[in-house]
Amino acid sequence: MSEQRSGITPWIVTIALAIALPLLFNKGFSLSLFCQMGINIIFALSYNMLLGQTGMLSFGHAVYFGLAAYFCAHALNAMGQGAFSFPVTLLPLIGGVIGLLFGVVLGYITTKRSGTPFAMISLGIGELVAAGSQMFPDFFGGEAGISTNRVVGPKALGISYGPQIQVYYLIAAWALLSAIAMYAFTKTPLGRMANAVRDNAERAQFVGYDPQRVRYLVFIVASFFAGVAGALSAINFEIVTVENVGLAASGFVLFMAFMGGTGSFYGPVIGAILVTFLQVALSGYTKAWLLYLGLFFLLMVLFAPGGIASLIELHRPAWRARQLGKLLPGYVALLVPVLIGFAGAVGLIEMIYFVETSGGGEGEMRLLGVSVDARQPTAWMVCFALVVIGVLGFRQLRPHLLRRWDDVTLALRAAETRAPSAAVPGVGT
Amino acid sequence: MEFFLVQLLNGLAYGLLLFMLSSGLTLIFSMMGVLNFAHASFYMLGAYFAYQCSKWLGFWPALVVAPLLVAGIGALVERFGLRTVHKFGHVAELLLTFGLAYVIEEIVHLVWGRAAVDYQIPEALNFTAFHILTSSYPAYRVFMMAISIAMLIGLYLGLTRTRVGLVIQASLTHPEMVEALGHNVPRVFMLVFAAGAALAGLAGVIGGNAFVTEPGMAAAVGSIVFVVVVFGGMGSLLGAFIASLLIGMVQTFSVGIDYSIGDLAGLFGAQIPEQFASITLARMAPMLPYLLMVMMLVMRPKGLMGTRET
Amino acid sequence: MSAALELKQVRKSFGKTAIINGVNLEVRQGERHAIIGPNGAGKSTLFNLISGRFALTSGSISLKGKDITNHAPFEINRRGLSRSFQVTNIFPKLSVYENVRCAVLWSQGHKYSFWRHIGKLASVRERAEKIVREIGLAHRADTLAGLLSYAEQRALEIGVTIAGGADVILLDEPTAGMSHSETEHAVALVRQISEGRTLVIVEHDMGVVFSLADRISVLVYGEVIATGTPPEIRANARVQEAYLGTATHE
Repeated sequence: MSEQRSGITPWIVTIALAIALPLLFNKGFSLSLFCQMGINIIFALSYNMLLGQTGMLSFGHAVYFGLAAYFCAHALNAMGQGAFSFPVTLLPLIGGVIGLLFGVVLGYITTKRSGTPFAMISLGIGELVAAGSQMFPDFFGGEAGISTNRVVGPKALGISYGPQIQVYYLIAAWALLSAIAMYAFTKTPLGRMANAVRDNAERAQFVGYDPQRVRYLVFIVASFFAGVAGALSAINFEIVTVENVGLAASGFVLFMAFMGGTGSFYGPVIGAILVTFLQVALSGYTKAWLLYLGLFFLLMVLFAPGGIASLIELHRPAWRARQLGKLLPGYVALLVPVLIGFAGAVGLIEMIYFVETSGGGEGEMRLLGVSVDARQPTAWMVCFALVVIGVLGFRQLRPHLLRRWDDVTLALRAAETRAPSAAVPGVGT
Repeated sequence: MEFFLVQLLNGLAYGLLLFMLSSGLTLIFSMMGVLNFAHASFYMLGAYFAYQCSKWLGFWPALVVAPLLVAGIGALVERFGLRTVHKFGHVAELLLTFGLAYVIEEIVHLVWGRAAVDYQIPEALNFTAFHILTSSYPAYRVFMMAISIAMLIGLYLGLTRTRVGLVIQASLTHPEMVEALGHNVPRVFMLVFAAGAALAGLAGVIGGNAFVTEPGMAAAVGSIVFVVVVFGGMGSLLGAFIASLLIGMVQTFSVGIDYSIGDLAGLFGAQIPEQFASITLARMAPMLPYLLMVMMLVMRPKGLMGTRET
Repeated sequence: MSAALELKQVRKSFGKTAIINGVNLEVRQGERHAIIGPNGAGKSTLFNLISGRFALTSGSISLKGKDITNHAPFEINRRGLSRSFQVTNIFPKLSVYENVRCAVLWSQGHKYSFWRHIGKLASVRERAEKIVREIGLAHRADTLAGLLSYAEQRALEIGVTIAGGADVILLDEPTAGMSHSETEHAVALVRQISEGRTLVIVEHDMGVVFSLADRISVLVYGEVIATGTPPEIRANARVQEAYLGTATHE
């Protein structure tokens, strides 16, 4: 009956990785990518306090991120004009407090309801703030947003935050601190009761807890960390725009947390890293990257609603029992039709897009390194055929993999009955 | 007076359009417990299909074809999407429709581009219906209202006079009971979802050319429709009706009024900072529906006519 | 000494249908009080009224001399009344141990604390471990509650109910749907956990009721028609007519 011990190893590995990353990939491009990842990790983890841990599906979490970012941008500007002085290193703390204060006010209204009404209200509040941004152009900066300069305030130990590498380590440090704090939160009485409220809000009432109060408090804490992320975003990009508070940004953090997996603590971290990478990498290659992201999201909702983390957890027992090798051929075989179908679908989407933007498919189009004439039906038929082949192949090969899975499951069960104490840890205290 | 009457009619036309959307949303929510995030996307698809159809076939065929196409898409979404994720619970259903809204918007970007398309009012309806004092009132607005009211009556008759309608109606108030009676057939779900999508599509056909057909229209109307549903009380058709008209009026009237916060403060002899004083009601217009929603939630969390807590 | 639980003229209607029709009931401190009655008599509704799940139409309820009429369930729970449910009502995605621990937290004064590590709260841990052993689920402590067998879930239901140390316990059909041996096991558990506490129990198994209860109240059509010791209830003519009479004909 002990606490589930996840061990300290993953944390040490993460810290080592965070320190070493910019040394391994030292191009400007990768550095700014890592910075965005760090910010998004905090943001996605704070989002998962709502969705994964307390069962609150929010469509307005960017409000707390964005407002904190705005306040911090204004604070930086005021410091630039010499209005006051404050170490930039600690600015995220201010951002957190801003997020927290808005969480106290707006969260009170939002958490009055749970379930689907909560989702709608969070959306409404998000739209309220986004619409309100038009009313106060001085604060929100209209279309252009608010630009700022992070190189202000007292310099300690020669850190000016001029070079991006310094900003990276600032973000990495705050991301680690925030992640540790949020992980610790899950191990507190409130954090555990959040899970209880998520599972069964009614029963929580009959063990002495007010579920509305639990949701409200968690909402405030989550808003704090969203604010921390927002402040780091203001420092990193040196610009904040209305888009930072809008529905698209709220949807984006939902994407990250969900794709990574809301059922475990580390899921959103994976999601943040992956989605940020896709965003930066894909948007350079194709204008339709949002469509790919959306389709990827839909596929996840349909077939892996637990996100990537749930897929990892699914394979963990097989990995431990050294059975994973049995599954590998099945997966590799399945990969072939998946790639074929994928290539066909990408071809179709890109060709539609090309026809739309080029005005009827004039000119030469390059698709995955191949020159394609979008005006000829050949290319369309080939792509369509690829999709069909992919789908049929997938159907053909899937049972094969499922049979392998059955074998592995049986093997795992057999191992379990042979050594029951190993399967049920912590027997009888 | 003249301004008031014209705005009243415009507000009514817009409110009725909102009700075509919110009624479908309410029906789907009541039946299946699914809040369809992609509902406004169906509205947008209706407008774009109508645009394409009227280019090829003309407006009148589009009026029939576009909603049917949207209904077909709705049926497919229910059959292959919602039914698959139903076992994962309401959050998964909500996420599915949310992702769908995203994807539909991107597909519209892909196929029709990012700018607004030139979807116009048909020539046959492009004349002045009547005059209110010196203002002329366009016939198309009258047509919009006529279609909306015809749909309203159709919906009412469908719900009260047909067998399926009675099942749907019963499940508005007693969903468990209907389920227990064995009426919870997936076919009814699919039908309701498709019908709701068709209503939204029709709203798109008649709204798309009256307002503007662009990729942002789903997001703009979608949140307003959610406000309507929360304000009216989730699951209540009557609440949705009242809220639709109210929000329609509020949005129509507020954009034309230059009364500012400073003027209001002046009435009480109060002095407030220029930043706030210069804000007119017209500038506050986009915020008003959301403010109304928040006020309703603070005072009456169930909404105007709502009976359900969640 | 005031009664543990006192109901005065409690009424509850759903729409026009009156389910509870002026119930007066007094449960003495430390007694095991069973509520019996035919199906649809309103036993579960009565529990829902006492525990704050439903609002009363009229009447009043007091717990240990203090009024709790129409208080929120969590307020009533904090005053020392805890209940179980007829349909198992636990936290399915938490482990057995965590289910019990969640039910311990408030009573140990940790409220909405987010500054203490839950694993380091020794008194919470000890109490939760003790309860898990008492309900006989120590070997299943780390299993997710949703994966337990039916009888195990029923035991956990009782564990969650008693974990907070409430001195008035309401059990709603703790043996419903159990096999004979499982029932015996459950009754032993109920007997054990009700030691030194006030117990109100709804139960269909008459063998269980008459062996366990100090006093019995008979609820028929939303009214208490008799209250007394088991022999008194057995001898009561109205009860025989309304309830036991039909039972003996079976």
